Formats: sequence, C-alpha cells, structure tokens
Amino acid sequence: MAEHARHRPFSVRRIPGFTAIASLCFVLLYAPIITLVIYSFNDGESVALWEGFSWRWYESAWDNIQVQEATVRSLVIATLASGIATVVATMAAIGTTRTGAFPGRLAIYAIINQPLMVPEIVTAVALLIVFAMIKVATGYSGLAYLVAAHAAFCVPFAYLPIRARLEGMDLAYETAAADLYATPWRTFRHVTLPLMAPGIVAGAMLAFVVSLDDVVITEFVKSAGQDTLPTYMLGQLRRAVTPEVNAISTALLAVTVLLVSAFFVLSRQRR
Amino acid sequence: MQQQVSEGRVLIDSGKNSNDASLMIEAIGVSKIFGSGDSMITALDAVSIGIREGEFFTLLGPSGCGKTTLLRMIAGFEHPSSGAILLDGSDISELPPYKRPVNTVFQSYALFPHLTVAQNIAFGLQMLDRPKAEIAETVDRMLSMVKMEAMKDRLTSQISGGQQQRVALARALAPQPKVLLLDEPLSALDLKLRKEMQIELKRLQHETGITFVFVTHDQEEALTMSDRIAVMSEGHVLQVGSPHDIYERPANRFVAGFIGETNTLTAEVMSSTTDRISLRLGEGLELDAELPSGMTPKERVTLVVRPEHLRLSFGTTGSSLPGTVSNVVYLGTDTHYHVRLDSGDELVARVQNSSASDLQFGIGEAVAVAFEPSTVRVLRD
Ligand SMILES: Nc1ncnc2c1ncn2[C@@H]1O[C@H](COP(=O)(O)OP(=O)(O)OP(=O)(O)O)[C@@H](O)[C@H]1O
Ligand SMILES: [Mg+2]
Repeated sequence: MAEHARHRPFSVRRIPGFTAIASLCFVLLYAPIITLVIYSFNDGESVALWEGFSWRWYESAWDNIQVQEATVRSLVIATLASGIATVVATMAAIGTTRTGAFPGRLAIYAIINQPLMVPEIVTAVALLIVFAMIKVATGYSGLAYLVAAHAAFCVPFAYLPIRARLEGMDLAYETAAADLYATPWRTFRHVTLPLMAPGIVAGAMLAFVVSLDDVVITEFVKSAGQDTLPTYMLGQLRRAVTPEVNAISTALLAVTVLLVSAFFVLSRQRR
Repeated sequence: MQQQVSEGRVLIDSGKNSNDASLMIEAIGVSKIFGSGDSMITALDAVSIGIREGEFFTLLGPSGCGKTTLLRMIAGFEHPSSGAILLDGSDISELPPYKRPVNTVFQSYALFPHLTVAQNIAFGLQMLDRPKAEIAETVDRMLSMVKMEAMKDRLTSQISGGQQQRVALARALAPQPKVLLLDEPLSALDLKLRKEMQIELKRLQHETGITFVFVTHDQEEALTMSDRIAVMSEGHVLQVGSPHDIYERPANRFVAGFIGETNTLTAEVMSSTTDRISLRLGEGLELDAELPSGMTPKERVTLVVRPEHLRLSFGTTGSSLPGTVSNVVYLGTDTHYHVRLDSGDELVARVQNSSASDLQFGIGEAVAVAFEPSTVRVLRD
C-alpha cells in the first residue's frame, strides 16, 4: 500500500496552494456577477446600498418601451445573423473537411477564422466606413447593416464546432451510403446532415450568443434609434445608473447560461 | 455491340470478352497507381481475373498487396489508372458507386449510427425508391435470415460486434446485388465468433446465390471458405485456382510458402520429356515427377512437398533421404518432426498421432525421409 502511494502519478492537485489559487480564481470570476445579480433585486435606487428584496427593477425594465424595443431588435438581429452564419459555416465546414486536400486550403481556413484574429475595433471602423458609403449611395439605413455585420463575425463561432463534428465523423458512413445507391445529394440529406446536426445546433447557439452580446461593432454600425440591448445599457450607464441595468443584465445572463449549457451538452454528445 | 442509355450515361455492352459465358466480374489489365513522381505507388499492376457467377471468390495475400484496392475498384470507390472492369459483361469502370449493383460489407461495418437496425437494412432499398410494402417485407426477411428479429428497433451502438456484423451483411444483401464484396469482414471478431461467421457466410452465399468476393490475409480462412482463390502479392495475381489446386499445386515459391506450411528442396534434373521429369535428390533418392506445362527445366529445379506427405522411418532405407530429428512439436492430433537432412536442408514432417502404426522419434535420432513422387510439386521458378 505504502509502495503504491509513493508511485502515485504526478497530479497538479498536490501542488501546495493549488486549492487556494483555484478557489480565488473562481471568486474573482464570479463575485462581481453574483453581486450584480443580488442587486438586481434591490428595492432601493442604488446599485451599492441594499434596501430589501423586490422585483421592482424587473417590472420597470419589462415596462420600459426602449428596453422592449432593444430586446426585440437584439433577438431579431441575433436570429437572422446566427441563421445566416450557420448556413455559411456549414457549407464552409463541408468544403474544408469532405473534399480531398486542395491547394490553398490552409489559406481558406485562415480567412474563415479571420474575425477571431483581427481586433474587433478594426473591423468595426472598417464596417462603419464601408456602410457609410453604401448608405450614401443607396439611401437605405435599415437593420440589414447590423444583420450583415453580425453574420460576418459569427461565422467562425459557428464554423468551429461544425468542423470539429465533421472531422470526428468517419468518411466510411458516406462511402457506405454511396455503396447503397444514395446519390451525393441523398447521401448528404440522409447521412451527413443528420450525423452533423449536433454540431450545427451547437454552432448556431454559439453564434446566437455572440451576436446577442456584441457591443463594439454594433455601436459603430448602428444608425440612430437602432440600439440593441447591450448598446442601450451602455447608453444608460452614461446617465444615472439604476438597478434596472442589473435586472436586464441578469435576464441576459440567464439566457446566455441556458444556451451555453445546451451548447456544451450538444458538443459533448458522441455517437 | 449493343448500347444502352442509363441516366445520361452510355453503358457499352462489349459482349462477353471471354469464352466463359458465366463470368460475373472481369478485370482486364487493371492497374492502379497512387500519387505521382517520387511518391508513386503501383498498388495493382495489370491485373486480369475473371470471377464466375455465383461463386465464393477470395482475394488472398499479405498486407499491402492491393486486395482492398481491387475491391474498391469493383465497388467504384476508386477508378482504374488503366484497364477495365466488366460487370456481367458491361464496362462499369467509369460508373459511380451508387449506380453499380454491387454492395460492400466494410471491415469497420460502417453502420449508420443514427438509424436503427431495421432502418439500416432498409437504407439501400429506400435509395432505390422501392415500394414501402416491398421494403418492409424484404427487411423482415433479412432480419430473420441473419437472426436479428429481436433487435430490429435497437440503435446499432446498442448491439454487440458479432450482431453488427450480421446487420452489415443483411444491409448489403437486402438490395439483392449482383455481387457482394467483403473486405476482411471477420478480422475484428474473436476466434470462436469468427468460426461461426465463416459457416454463416457460406450458408448465406448458398441461400442467396449471390457472387461473393471475399478479401482476407488468412490462408486457412481462404482455404475453408472459397470456391476459388486468387493469391496476390505486390500488386500481381500469382495464381487463381480452387483451394485444392492452390494448396496441392502451387504455381511458385511464394504461393507455396504463403498457403500452409511447406518444405522446399532443390533437385538435380537428370532427364525430361514434355510433361515428366526425372530428378535426383542428394545421393539416395531418385524420382519421376510431373512437369508443369510450358516449363523448360534448367539443371536444377525447386520442389515443394507438404509436411503431411513426408514419411519417416528408423535408420536408412532404400529410396529415401537420411537425416536427424532436430525438434519434436506435439500438437494434439499431430506431431511435427523437424528433420535436418544430411545434405543440410531442414524439413518438417507431420505425423498423425492416432495412426495405429504410430512411431515415436526422439531428438537426435537418425531417420529416413520418404514420400510418394505424386505428392511432389515442381515449381516454375
Ligand atoms: N489512397 C491511397 N493513396 C496512396 N497509396 C495507397 C492508397 N490506398 C492504398 N495505397 C497503397 O497501395 C498498396 C495496396 O494497398 P491495399 O489497401 O490495397 O492493400 P491490402 O492488400 O488491402 O492490404 P491490407 O491487408 O493491409 O488491408 C499499399 O502499398 C498502400 O499503401
Ligand atoms: Mg485491405
């Protein structure tokens, strides 16, 4: 037995202070969020002074026309943008995993993931300039600009889980389908698509959350009166800060946590 | 020449290229080259074989000899670099896999994980747009044929390896292909299951009458299951024949060595006619043997003789080769005696233990090795 103990494999858990450091990290990460959540239920006007429990800021946010409009706008943009990004990402993932090696595949991989590498502020400024030119030329100033911008930076977030799923999927299934009289389209429809579906759903949810959260690009691209929930909140912070912002944040947090948990469940699903 | 248009493609019916009217598959000078330049690999080099309708045909050879490549070309997953493949008389070299009436049992089974056992079996028929009632009826028949009725609604991840094997077979047989291709389908199974499946496969082939093309590198499996065997090595087909032919009359040293245990001896040629040859082995033994057709013998030839055809006796007798027992391996029903001949060659003799006249030889004992001339095979090379 003692012999056994001496030969235990190395484990980071036995490094002195491991537990303390790990706990501290979690506290630093989550203490601010917990504070935010707690004060969203504050009965008073302050975000720092506790005056008892109430739902008043949730009610106030719920009744606030601007919040309502920003929420609907955020959901519309996130739905459209993640939808477009998922379709594009699915096609890109198939093109980069289900074909033989072709010259420039690495370059294509880099281009698809470009929004992850280029600083967001650079993309934001670039879009601002290009969209301004288009606005002048066409006179159109609707939501399409925001949808297009969000769809663009959502692509890599949708692409990565879909590609991971496809790479883990044996080509033998598609070969077997072709052997069993399935044309390339029916092979895709009856074998590839159902097998990659968990990856597609995971990619779509990740894209949705990323779009819902975005501030920088939205702030630059939006026209007047096109606030999304995050940019509306940013605007509010410039004036008096009330626990209403906490309430909206908490609601947003709840939605995000739900979606991200679903993402992990789906992306861990193995067949 | 008769032309036949099928979904925009022209199938040229070249008639029967061979006199043998019952050929189901014919490979004519098929070569396959992978890569180019320095990394060029010739997986198959001008292979020509004919596979008869309804036979159990085995491709046998060591790893990397091109068995899978040939099978994949029949299925349509690879296209020949040169040469042609005929199926039932029509050139199918350029047809995609989904237009060939050929199905495959994959080594990894490749059962669709998102479908149940029954849905897997139905897949091919659905892709052929067969009527629902016919599909249901065929699936039930297949399920009972492979004895998987009880599992029909399970996902394929919820059944054992042997059961997956049966489902893979049923799935490939359901569309009633003209040819069933099997790429080492038993290699993932343990010995007992493997023996069961060998019998099962033979039964299915017999019941369905479908032409089976079976790939293995296990010579024993090939001998027990096949109607005919093609022995392959390094992209060439060395010999095609019945298990008996291949075993008793190997065409060359490679085939002799690959199929079962064998002894090789060199002999001096004393005289020869067109079909017989007189040989002398060492000092004591002279014999007449059959000369393979078309062979012109040099001064020395190589002989093969199977261990079970060697007879051992004490001391030196007339027409025999003297030697010493160097090792004794007891194998239950048989004993293998390794004999070092006085000429320096090493032979293995297999003696059945149950025989009434059973003789026991000890290590170091002087023995005489003899055999019937008819059991000796003269090799071409
Ligand atoms: N796609 C490919 N690209 C390059 N070389 C290949 C490819 N497929 C097969 N080869 C080569 O062709 C040769 C024959 O391969 P093949 O898979 O047909 O052998 P095999 O007889 O089936 O062997 P095993 O018993 O190991 O399955 C090998 O040298 C292999 O490396
Ligand atoms: Mg192989």
